[in-house]
Amino acid sequence: MANDHIDITVEPGEVHALLGENGAGKSTLMNQLYGLLQPDEGQIVVNDEPRVFKSPRDAISAGIGMVHQHFMLVPVFTVAENIALGAEEVRGGPLGWLDRRRSRQDVIETSRKYGLPVDPDALVEDLPVGAQQRVEIVKALTREVDLLILDEPTAVLTPQETEELLAVMRSLTAMGKSIVFITHKLKEVKAIADRITVVRRGKIVGTASPDTSEDELAALMVGRAVSLEVQKTPAEPGRTVLKVTGLVADDDRGIRAVDGVDLEVRAGEVLGIAGVQGNGQTELVEAVMGLREVRAGTIRLEDDDLVGMSTKKVLRSGVGYIPEDRSHDGVVKEFSVAENLVLDMYDHAPYGNAFSIDLSRVGANAQERIEQFDIRCQSSSTPVGTLSGGNQQKVVVAREMSRPLRLFIASQPTRGVDVGSIEFIHSRIIHERDQGTAVLVVSSELDEVVGLADRIAVMYRGRILAIVSPDTPREEIGLLMAGITGDTPEGEK
Amino acid sequence: MSTATVENLPEVVAPEPFWTRQRRLGLALILIGGLAAVLFGSLAPGEDARFTLSEDSEGAALSIDGQFGAILFGLLAAAAGGVLFAGLAKRWSNALLSAGILAFVLSFLCWQVAGEFMPLVDTTDGTLQLALPLILGALAGVLGERSGVVNVAIEGQFLMGAFGGALIGTMAGSVWAGLISAAIGGVIIAAILAVLSIRYLVDQTVVGMVLNLFALGITGFLYERLMQPDAQTYNQPPQMPEWRIPGLADIPVIGPVLFEANLLVWIALALVVLIHFGLSRTRWGLRTRAVGEHPTAADTVGIRVRGLRYLNVLLGGVVAGIGGAYFTLVATGSFTKNMTAGAGFIALAALIFGRFTPVGAFGAALFFGFAQKLATYLGAIESPVPSQFLNMLPYLATLIAVAGLVGRVRAPAADGLPYVKG
Repeated sequence: MANDHIDITVEPGEVHALLGENGAGKSTLMNQLYGLLQPDEGQIVVNDEPRVFKSPRDAISAGIGMVHQHFMLVPVFTVAENIALGAEEVRGGPLGWLDRRRSRQDVIETSRKYGLPVDPDALVEDLPVGAQQRVEIVKALTREVDLLILDEPTAVLTPQETEELLAVMRSLTAMGKSIVFITHKLKEVKAIADRITVVRRGKIVGTASPDTSEDELAALMVGRAVSLEVQKTPAEPGRTVLKVTGLVADDDRGIRAVDGVDLEVRAGEVLGIAGVQGNGQTELVEAVMGLREVRAGTIRLEDDDLVGMSTKKVLRSGVGYIPEDRSHDGVVKEFSVAENLVLDMYDHAPYGNAFSIDLSRVGANAQERIEQFDIRCQSSSTPVGTLSGGNQQKVVVAREMSRPLRLFIASQPTRGVDVGSIEFIHSRIIHERDQGTAVLVVSSELDEVVGLADRIAVMYRGRILAIVSPDTPREEIGLLMAGITGDTPEGEK
Repeated sequence: MSTATVENLPEVVAPEPFWTRQRRLGLALILIGGLAAVLFGSLAPGEDARFTLSEDSEGAALSIDGQFGAILFGLLAAAAGGVLFAGLAKRWSNALLSAGILAFVLSFLCWQVAGEFMPLVDTTDGTLQLALPLILGALAGVLGERSGVVNVAIEGQFLMGAFGGALIGTMAGSVWAGLISAAIGGVIIAAILAVLSIRYLVDQTVVGMVLNLFALGITGFLYERLMQPDAQTYNQPPQMPEWRIPGLADIPVIGPVLFEANLLVWIALALVVLIHFGLSRTRWGLRTRAVGEHPTAADTVGIRVRGLRYLNVLLGGVVAGIGGAYFTLVATGSFTKNMTAGAGFIALAALIFGRFTPVGAFGAALFFGFAQKLATYLGAIESPVPSQFLNMLPYLATLIAVAGLVGRVRAPAADGLPYVKG
């Protein structure tokens, strides 16, 4: 059950924040409100009128709009086409001939009215994420909604874009629109919300006002006191373990993604890579892991040359790796916990050889890891796909930390992971650092990078713009993430 | 407000690689054009190649010395390739490519026809007639695939259409009853495809292949048990009449082909136009494309994804069924077992070669039709080039297209993926 007897009220002109961890049931709740899912019990009342939403069409006609976490835009359509879709302006009656001029005009008008600049003729796939989000908001507003649901809208934005979004939200509420703001980010909730409802495991566990402290909100959200700070002592960096020079790599479409990256990670330190998603972090890590072709440059792990080495060899030469897309690259969902824990070593002593696998060894190993890494599962033979995100990630961490390591690479280590598991995974990463392993952490959550890293490299459009200390003010890192270095940007005076 | 964000910064554009699509195509054209000039030119006898307007060797004709023509058109093809390679006319690259291929074909024809004659009307008419089922089949594919349902059952729809047209046409003694039954035959296959793939989420390619085998089996069985013993009652359908539009039919070459033709020619041409504008300019088209590209997005704005997919697949069934009618109501006077002989797969190839667009599919179907017509022509003049080579051409061309040598063929993003809510 994703939602258990939830009551929630939204007043006109307010921002109502729905705070909860991943998997707490926030999105399920809102999908019911938007007609994508049907509730088993309960009632939706809009302006004192009970309504039943069989599809999003009903919700839209009742004045409810939603901006989904994964944008609902057709990439090969223009902005105007996307906004018109489902509510097209047509001529010629039953023929349904599209009136493109009027659709375009509608977009321009709404865009002006609410101060949300969008280009009606641009193809959506060519737009940056922030602009796509504006298109989504304009799409909802052209349908004249009174209530706008924003599902994790800041997950893909830079700190500056987030600021802009918050400003847009303020101006919308000033015009009398109501907003439901779904998030797990405490800072933003405090900055914008008029009221806060906290959801945990499908139930409302409390309401709070915006002046509640972050620690209290976190405790409500998780159900116990949590430390938001990563506990660690100052690093004691030793010899250089990973040295990358002049690295160049392309993305899947053949477009340059990593454009001359130099970096060094030393034993016993955490180098964090901050940056908005899609600035080459993924490709950088994949190039190091032997998962992506290196176009130019060198990658050295102490005395070993990693360029051209197979991923299996990279792993066995002492590199641990948490891939960013857990369900595609981290675990085999249909396989059991025990099998997933030896995916890297199944053909290697002590678990097996080229011909067979020693199942009792594999089982014993699983028992040990499950205890050591606090993996919550029914048994070691449970398929990994049935575990929660946090526990799946702990399986990956447990596996990758079970080899002797020189370098540990964690890409988005806590994406889709509950706060309890986040704490645990962070402490394991710091523990690995203190053992003298060089650690490279890539995350699009700035808080995570700042919390874990001893040095922060900010990546923008395939380059490292700067390497800064974690004590640097956030605004400064935020500007770097947006490509603004303090020097005059190229092409501007 | 801090508006100096990402968008205002100069775009970092990856340096364009040297081997762009234009360069590759240009080089290929230079090579085949040069080869044509040398090879066809040296093989061609120095006699006139005559392209006659009448059906025989007499009368008005375009004629050119075979050897000279083979060399000239070969060089023209290479020249088109050269312009393409040099990147002198990027906006015209598709036109240049077409011109280059056309010149290559002409070079080949000059060699083959030298000392002989080729009747233009018969060649054009034959091309269009052979292309007819391909056009209709490929359009059926366009309808399904643009909404996200892969249809490899075109062959089966052809067979059912051909069979239904012959059976009901004969029994009712009416070619129009036959045509309607053919459409229904196509819809039966389409309905099974739709229910299994949309409702029950079965793999669409597998369902399509099974349906082809099913159609082959059931029409083969009924043919042997029902039609063969009593062909007069069940398998002598009336033929589609040819209509002549006075005036327009007197235009040379095009007139007799387009305006002295059976109804299917006009249906096919009208459907190309209708589906082209329907997809690009109407509400139905916008929604169809949305459902084929990003069904969840369509769902969240209140579009009934599955309903639209059903509609499109069934419409495709109608079109493919009418395509099947060609075989029994136009081309031959009766149904025979497996008479479509893979035409449905060539239609599928035309669909892909035409990049899932109605106009592209039309062009590809004509091209394949021409290849087939040329194959029979070469057989008739006892050419040293085996006609099997030309029959291979559709598949070869499709392989080249799918391999991305002519620019990437991009299928709709959600093509073949069943839509599950939530």
